[in-house]
Parts: sequence; C-alpha cells; structure tokens
Amino acid sequence: MTDTPHRHLPDRLDNPLKSAILSWESLLVLVAVAIFIVNSFSSPYFLNAWSLSDLTFNFTEKALIALAMALLIISGEIDLSVAAIIALASTLMGFALQYGADTPVLVAIGIGTGIACGAFNGFLVTGLKLPSIVVTIGTMSLFRGISFIILGDQSFKGYPASFAWFGQGYVFWVISFELVLFAVAALVFYVLLHRTNFGRRVYAIGNNDVAAKFSGVRVERVKFILFCLTGLMSGMAAVLLTARLGSTRPSIAEGWELEAITMVVLGGVSILGGAGTIIGVVLAALIMGLVTFGLGLLNVPGIVMSIFIGALLIIVIALPILYRQLRSRR
Amino acid sequence: MKLLKILAATTAVAVLLAAPAYAQTRIALVVKSLGNGFFDAANKGAQEAAAELGDVEVIYTGPTAATAEAQIEVVNSLIAQQVDAIAISANDPDALVPVLQKAMERGIKVISWDSGVAPEGRQLHLNPSDIGLIGETIIKLAADYLPEGGDVAILSAASTATNQNAWIEAAKAAIPAKFPNINLVSVVYGDDDSVKSTDEAKGLIASYPDLKAIIAPTTVGVVAAAQVVTDQNLIGKVNVTGLALPSEFKQFIDNGASQAVALWNPIDLGYSAVMLANDLVKGEEAKPGATLSMGRVGEVTLDDTNSGAMAAPFQFDKSNIEEFSKIY
Repeated sequence: MTDTPHRHLPDRLDNPLKSAILSWESLLVLVAVAIFIVNSFSSPYFLNAWSLSDLTFNFTEKALIALAMALLIISGEIDLSVAAIIALASTLMGFALQYGADTPVLVAIGIGTGIACGAFNGFLVTGLKLPSIVVTIGTMSLFRGISFIILGDQSFKGYPASFAWFGQGYVFWVISFELVLFAVAALVFYVLLHRTNFGRRVYAIGNNDVAAKFSGVRVERVKFILFCLTGLMSGMAAVLLTARLGSTRPSIAEGWELEAITMVVLGGVSILGGAGTIIGVVLAALIMGLVTFGLGLLNVPGIVMSIFIGALLIIVIALPILYRQLRSRR
Repeated sequence: MKLLKILAATTAVAVLLAAPAYAQTRIALVVKSLGNGFFDAANKGAQEAAAELGDVEVIYTGPTAATAEAQIEVVNSLIAQQVDAIAISANDPDALVPVLQKAMERGIKVISWDSGVAPEGRQLHLNPSDIGLIGETIIKLAADYLPEGGDVAILSAASTATNQNAWIEAAKAAIPAKFPNINLVSVVYGDDDSVKSTDEAKGLIASYPDLKAIIAPTTVGVVAAAQVVTDQNLIGKVNVTGLALPSEFKQFIDNGASQAVALWNPIDLGYSAVMLANDLVKGEEAKPGATLSMGRVGEVTLDDTNSGAMAAPFQFDKSNIEEFSKIY
C-alpha cells in the first residue's frame, strides 16, 4: 500500500459498472423477473392487481424481520427466537385486550414486548458473553413457552376493527398498509446499513470484531442495539400478523425464524457475517413471495413448493461460487 | 425499457390466456395438510361427487405444514383463481376468518367441514358426526375392553385443533355419568406429527405405570401410540384406541395392540362437502333450519349456527377391519 497523502484511493478496485452487473443483486433481479414471467404465462390469474396485492401478504411480515435479521447476521450474530417473540408479543396483546386495551395500547404492547425480548437476547449475548445461537435457541422455547402457559389451548380474539386495519387494511387501492410499512422499513434499513457510520461498524464487526474493537468500535453496544432492532421488527410483525389473523394462539408464526433466515441468506448475506445488502434481502423476499404464490396459483402441493424453495436457495448460492471457481481455474 | 417491453408482451399474452371463461364450477377442497390418509380419502369422495355432478371440477389442495398461516396462503391463491366455492377443514377456527370473509366478499361460497371455522367465516359447517356422540364413543371404545375400569389417557393432535378439543370436552363430560370407573389421567398433544406423537405416547407410558388405555382421536397419533405399545411389548397391557384410518391401522388390530377403533367415513365426508358447496353455488341458501342435499349420503339440516352433522362414527374391529382397510 502506498500512502501518498494527496492521491485518490478508490473504494474498490473493480470497475463499478462491471461489478454492479455481476453482483448478486442483479442475479436476484434476473431470477425475480424470470419467475414473474413464468408465473404470468402459467396462470391466467396472476396478472391481476388484487392477486398481486394478495401475493405481498405472503412475505411482508417475514420480510420485516428479515431486514433486521440481515444486519444481525452481517454482524456475525443470529436470532432464532424471532417467531417466538411474535408469539409472546401477540399473546400479551391479546391479554391486554381482555382488560379493554384499545388499538394504540395494543400496538405499543406488541412493539414494546418485541423490544424487551430483543434486549433480553442482547443482554445474554453481549452482557454474559454467551453465543447467540445457543441463547436464542433457549429464548425461542422460553418466549413461546410463556405463551403456551398463558393461553394453553385457548385463543384470544375480538380485536377491534381499527386494530385489524394494520393487517388487513389498504392505504390506497390495492396497496396494503403492510406493503407500505415494509417499503418504509426497507428504506430505513437501507440508509442505516449503507449510509451511516453505524452501518459501517456492523460490517466491521462482522468481518473482524477484534479489529473493530481495537479501532474504537463499541462492539457490544452495536450488537445489543441490533438485537433490540430485531426484537422491534418482530414486535411489529406480531402486530401485523395478529391483526391479519384477528386472533392469537400460542402456535402463531411457528417456523417463521427459518423462513426469515432463508430470505436473508437468499438475499446474499454471508451466513458467516461481514457481507450483504438490504437490496438483496428485499429482492429475496419478493422472490419467495412470487414463487410460493405462483406455485399456489397452479395448486402445486406445498411439499413441492418447499423442494422448489430449497433448490432455488442452493442454485442461487452455488452459482456465484461455481462461477468464481471456474474463473480462478482458468 | 427492454424489461418494460417484455412485461407488456407477457401481460398481453396472459390476458389472452385469461379470456376463455371456464364453464365448469370449480370447488376447492382445502385440507389441513397434504399427505394425510384421511384427507386423501376425502378427496376420493370429492372426486366421486364431481364425477356424479358432471360440470364440477374439484381442486384438492392444502399446505404441507398444518398451520393457519400456511393455509391462509393457500386460500389467498384460491381467491386469486376465482374458484366458485371453498370447502375447508381449518387448522384454526379464528385465524382463517378474515381471509375467508375476504373470499366471501369476492363472491366465493365458503363452507367448512371436519374441523370448523367460526360462524362469521363460513356459510355452513358440516360436522362428520355429532361432537357429543364422538366424545362418548372414544371413551366407550376404551371402556368396552376394561370391565373393571382403570386409568386412560388421551393423545390428541395440536392443542389448537378445534375438533379434537371439542371431542375431548365431550369425552370428559360423558365420563362421570356413563363410565364412572374410567379415570382420565392426562391429555397430551402430539401435533399430528409422528415423532412428537411417539414421544408423547412414551411419556404417558412412563408417567402412568397403571395406564390401561391410550385414546388417540387422531389418525397420526393412534398409529404412533400403537407402534410404541407394540415396540415396548405392552400388547395386552395397554390398549390403544381412538379414531383411526382402517388401512393405516389394520396391522395393530391384527397384532392385538388395539381391540377396536372408530371413524366416520372420510370418503362420504369429502363427497358431502362437495355436494353442499355445489348446492350453495347453485343458489341454495344456508340458513338455520334449512335442509340441504348431500347426494347419496342423504340430507343435512342446519342448526342455529348453520352447522349440521353427517352421520354417527363407525366402529372397526377384528370382524370388519379387513374389509374397510381395502376401502380407505
């Protein structure tokens, strides 16, 4: 490295245009467009404003979590308790409903529970220095366990119409509130990760947290904030999902942690941390929605859908690696 | 720009494809999860009804995981396909309500069968049998082979399964008066998952050494429990009973792990569900007191909540399991 003070040092050595074309995101755009076209040809019902609007409900809630999860995974941590946080937040909202809580209180409880659960995870990981995968496997059972204790085989229902709007309402024509919220959240997370110092620190921690610490990054604090953010987004997803279902059961959102993580990985975030973009995650969420809805329109059995998503994941991850290997062999 | 052109061309083609209207009535038979013998049998009956009606196409569909969220995705895709009717066996009575209301708003007839939806989410519900009668039958199945009474336990499906919970309540209600020497010690949930059901059955046997019978009112749980009893050499000591599909369960009647099980006829259930959905599509109205036709199965009269019962449960034992195991 030459260190001449007045020389301009480029951020990257590749040609920016070339690297943009060869990037993961362009690949995802191609895949999304391809699936969109295949869907349009294979089902006469796909290209309909209401169908496309219904399609977005297949992924918006999970994608909200995936946005925060992306940052967490880039920083080298993971949160497997997100679906359980939804269950607990939804249960506490239902509990408050029994005591006459109205919509603003319900939303505050949902989001507050999410943040509290996230902070609890963050404390265990950063305060007690425990590995996040172990901590969140534990809290996954803990949070959902509390829901089961409160609810058993019962359910909470009777949410007010103004609350149901969050999960079923439309802002304008076919544009649902969920979709708008997701778009806003995606923008916020884009700015946070790619346009702020905080975002740079997240990458630095994910690449090498010891080096980051020696460079003056308060690693523990950043990680704690990321766990709180993931909790916040899970709480938000809990509000939306509860409003959409109009009821709460302890089994709510079962298995969603893996779907959110699938979106993150499909979006090109390195599971080892240190790399990934928000645009990739948003595209991955869209692809998962397009695939499940497209196959649903053809009445393809769910198991085939799972196989398809799995194959897609492997192909999309394997392609760039194979490409790199081929190129280096030459 | 190129992308826009491609999209425009695709749209044009899709519109052309969409143009020919379907003359047929399309009825979707939505089940809790695919890969379940009971629902496959129901589909057989549904296809039979479609063949009998002639102008009806049955779409047999459902999620892989038996969750309300996955089932909502399936219903959303059926709404998009503008089917004429949805006949659903629901994973959750409440969570499906908003999406099914949306279906009804868009002109789709909605009925529930087997596992019901809350009244505001469907036009009518078809019970396979009477809840009280089933609750009593599952205890009777155990009591018939326990002349001196004893401890029994229930291995159910998901703790949220509407029908299982109703039967268990009815069973509990029937015990004091009709089966005073039967002692229900525990109710556990295997989530209609073979592995979890097996673990729960092992847990019951370990926790209650005097257990005389395991009652599993679910086709998955009953097989798991009977397998555990067989594997642990408890045949003759613990009797497994409940609601079972004859073809899946025949081996356990044969080896003695179970004396008898019961079930209604899922073929008739799928058949009746399609017949009722077709009645509504043809313009019949579902209201309390209305009598609707179920083809060869007969007629159903709706009660105050617009639900009706198809028939009484049917008992399978050594005398008839051979015959019914060939049917479903």
